[in-house]
Amino acid sequence: MLKFVKNYMETISGIEIYPIISLLIFFTFFVILFWWVFTAKKEYINKVSQLPLDNNNQNDILL
Amino acid sequence: MEMQQFHYDNKIVTKFIYATIVFGVVGMLVGLILAFMFLFPNMTDGISWLSFGRLRPLHTNAVIFAFVGNAMFAGIYYSLQRLLKTRMASDLLSNINFWGWQLIIVAAAISLPLGYSTSKEYAELEWPIDIAIALIWVVFGVNMIWTILKRRQRHLYVAIWFYIATFVTVAVLHIFNSLELPVSALKSYSVYAGVQDALVQWWYGHNAVAFFLTTPFLGLMYYFVPKAANRPVYSYRLSIVHFWSLIFIYIWAGPHHLLYTALPEWAQNLGVAFSIMLLMPSWGGMINGLLTLRGAWDKVRTDPVLKFLVVAITGYGMATFEGPTLSLKNVNAIAHFTDWIIAHVHVGALAWNGFMAFGIIYYLVPRLFKTKLFSLGLANLHFWLGTLGIIMYALPMYVAGFTQASMWKQFNPDGTLVYGNFLETVSEIIPMYWMRAIGGTLYLTGMLILVYNIIATIRSGSAVTDELAEAPALERVSKHRLAGEAWHSWLERKPVKLTIFATIAILIGGIVQIVPTILVKSNIPTIASVKPYTPLELEGRDLYIREGCVGCHSQMIRPFRSEVERYGEYSKAGEYVYDHPFLWGSKRTGPDLHRIGGKYSDNWHFNHMYDPRSTSSGSIMPNYKWLVTSELDKSQTEAKMKTMVSLGVPYSEEEIANAQQQMLDQGTQIENNLYNDPDFVTSYEADKNNAAQNGRPFVEMKNREIVAMIAYLQRLGTDIKVKDIQE
Repeated sequence: MLKFVKNYMETISGIEIYPIISLLIFFTFFVILFWWVFTAKKEYINKVSQLPLDNNNQNDILL
Repeated sequence: MEMQQFHYDNKIVTKFIYATIVFGVVGMLVGLILAFMFLFPNMTDGISWLSFGRLRPLHTNAVIFAFVGNAMFAGIYYSLQRLLKTRMASDLLSNINFWGWQLIIVAAAISLPLGYSTSKEYAELEWPIDIAIALIWVVFGVNMIWTILKRRQRHLYVAIWFYIATFVTVAVLHIFNSLELPVSALKSYSVYAGVQDALVQWWYGHNAVAFFLTTPFLGLMYYFVPKAANRPVYSYRLSIVHFWSLIFIYIWAGPHHLLYTALPEWAQNLGVAFSIMLLMPSWGGMINGLLTLRGAWDKVRTDPVLKFLVVAITGYGMATFEGPTLSLKNVNAIAHFTDWIIAHVHVGALAWNGFMAFGIIYYLVPRLFKTKLFSLGLANLHFWLGTLGIIMYALPMYVAGFTQASMWKQFNPDGTLVYGNFLETVSEIIPMYWMRAIGGTLYLTGMLILVYNIIATIRSGSAVTDELAEAPALERVSKHRLAGEAWHSWLERKPVKLTIFATIAILIGGIVQIVPTILVKSNIPTIASVKPYTPLELEGRDLYIREGCVGCHSQMIRPFRSEVERYGEYSKAGEYVYDHPFLWGSKRTGPDLHRIGGKYSDNWHFNHMYDPRSTSSGSIMPNYKWLVTSELDKSQTEAKMKTMVSLGVPYSEEEIANAQQQMLDQGTQIENNLYNDPDFVTSYEADKNNAAQNGRPFVEMKNREIVAMIAYLQRLGTDIKVKDIQE
C-alpha cells in the first residue's frame, strides 16, 4: 500500500507519515468506541433501548 | 414532576406519506417504461423528452429523492417527535421542508426530460435546483436540531444519531459535488475536470447511497422494528458500534466505483480496503435488526408490517455483502459496466428502501387515521408480488451481467475476440431484459395494490392531525459530565457536540482522499498532445450531455487485453484534463466510445443517429431523429468557452472571438463529407427543394445539431494514438 501512496504523492514532503497517522486515528477511534461500549452500565443500556417503546400515544394501544 | 401536555404533528407525516406514494408510483412507472425500451427501442420514437437517455436520470432521481426521500422524511418526522417527546419545533419549517421538496421534485420532473442535465449521476439537476436543494435541506436540519434542543427526553436514541449524520453528510456531499460554474440560467460546467471530477462524483455517488438511502433508513429500522415487534432492539451496545463504525468507514469507499480506470491506483486501493471493512458494520446492523425479532418470529407470519421489514433488512444484508464483494478488483473487472450492477442497486432500492417504506406506510397509516388496515389480505398479496418482483428482477440481471461480461472477454485461439461485434453480446441477453420487465411489472402491481389498500384504509378512518401526548419537562442538569456519567452518555445528551463529532468522523475520509488528488498536480500526468475541444466539438459534447448518452456508453477503456482489443488503447488520466464534467459513465448498454473518433465515417454516424438499425442490425439504441433535423443553438458558444477559461481550459481570446467562424468551417467540412453518400444527397436535396418551393425556412446541414454531435464523436480519443505511445 505504501508503495502506491509514495509513488503518486512523493511531491508532498513528509508524506510517509500519512499511513502511520491514519492507522493511529483508526486504532484510537475503535479503542475508544469499544471501551465505551463495554463499560456502559447495564441499567443505562436497558433504559435507553426502551425509548421507542416508552409511549404515551393513545393510538398505539389500538392495534 | 409536573406533566406537560403537547400535540404531535401528524399532518406533516401524512403529507410526506402521500408524496411517497404518488412519487413511488411515478418513479417505478418511469423505470418500467425504461425496462421496456430495452425491448422496444422505438417506443417513444421521435419524442425527444421521452427518450431513454433523458428518462433514465428522471427514474433514478424520482426513486431516490422523491420516493425514498419522502418516505425518509415521513419516518423521521414521525419518530423524531415521539423519541424526543415533543412536537416539531416549527410547523412553518416542517411545511417549507415539505412543499420545497415537492417543488424541487416537480422542477426535476420538468427539467430532466427537457435535457437540462449536468450528467453527473444522481446529481443531474442544474445549478438553480441544486441551490434550492441545499436551502431546503438546511431547513430540514435546522428544524430537526431545534426540535432536539427543546426535547423532553434527555437521551438521544440511536435512531436520532443516524438522522443527524444523514443531515450533516448529505449537506457536505451535495455542496462539494455540485460546485459548478454557471454559463446561463440552466447550464453550468463542473468546476472539476476528468479524474478529479470522477473522484468527487463517486465520493458523492457512493455516499449518497450511504447517507441518503442507508443511514436514515437504519435510523428508521432502529425505531420501527422495535415498535412493530414490540420489543427493544437486540443489542443497544451493538447499535452504538454500528453507528460510529458505519459513518466512519463508509465515507472512504467511493473510489471502488472507479477500479481499473484512470484514477490513481493509491486511491483505488484505499477504496477497496475500506469497502471490505464496511462489511462489518453493515452486517452488525443487519444482525441487530433481525435479532430484534427474537421470540417474536411467530408475529412475522401474520403481520404484513414485519414481513416487509424482515425482507427489507435481509435485502440490506444481501446488498451490503455484495457491495464489498463487488469492490474486489477481480470481481469488479467482471461486474463493472454490466447489468450485475443494475441487479445490485435494485436489490438495495426495491428490497431495502422499497420494503422499508412499505412497512412503515402500513404501520403508520392506520395509526394516523385511528383505524385498522383495510385489508390484511391485500397487504399480504402486495408483499408476495413485491418479493417475487424483486427476484424476477434481480436474478435475470445477474445472469445477464455474467453472460455479457464473459462474452466481452472471450478470445479465439488466434488472439481475436470471439464476439468482436458488441451487438452479439446484447442480443444474447434480450430474454433477460424481458424477465426483468416482468419482474418490474410485478413490483409496480404490488405498489398499486398498496395505493388501493391505503386509500380504503384512510376512507374508513378519521385523521388524527394533532395527537395529544404528555411528558414531564426536562430538568436542568450540568453541562459537564456528572459524577459517574460515562463519556458517551454525556455525549448523547449533547446534540450539538454529537453532531460535531459525527461531522469530524465523516470528514476525515473525504479529506484524505480528495484533497491530495486535487492539490497534487503530479497525480494527473499531463499529455502534451491533448488539446481543448473546438467550439463545435464543445457544442457536440453538450448535446451528448443533454441526451444522456452517458447512461449507456462509457468513455473509459480499462487496461484489459479484451478491452484494448475491442476498443483501442486504454484510457489515460491525462486525456481528460479538459472534460468538465467527466463522462466516463457507469454502464455499457452500448459499447465504449472513448476511441470512437475516426473509427467510422461521418455518414455512418449520421445514419446511425437517424436510425441505429440501418447501420447496426438488432441494435437497441433509440433513434435520435431530432438531432438530424434541429438547428444547433450557437448563441452561447462564446459564453461557454469563457466559462471554460475560468475553469482553466486554455482557449485564447482569439479562439473565442472566432468561435462562430470556426464552427461554420468545421460544420461545412462535415457537411461536405456527408455528401459522399448518394442517399444522403438525394434526400437532403429533396428536403431543400421542398422547403424552397413551399417557402419554408431551411436549416443547412452545417448548422444542425447532428453536425456538432459528429464533430464531437469523431474527436473522441484521437488526441493520442497508439503509435505515439510506442514511439
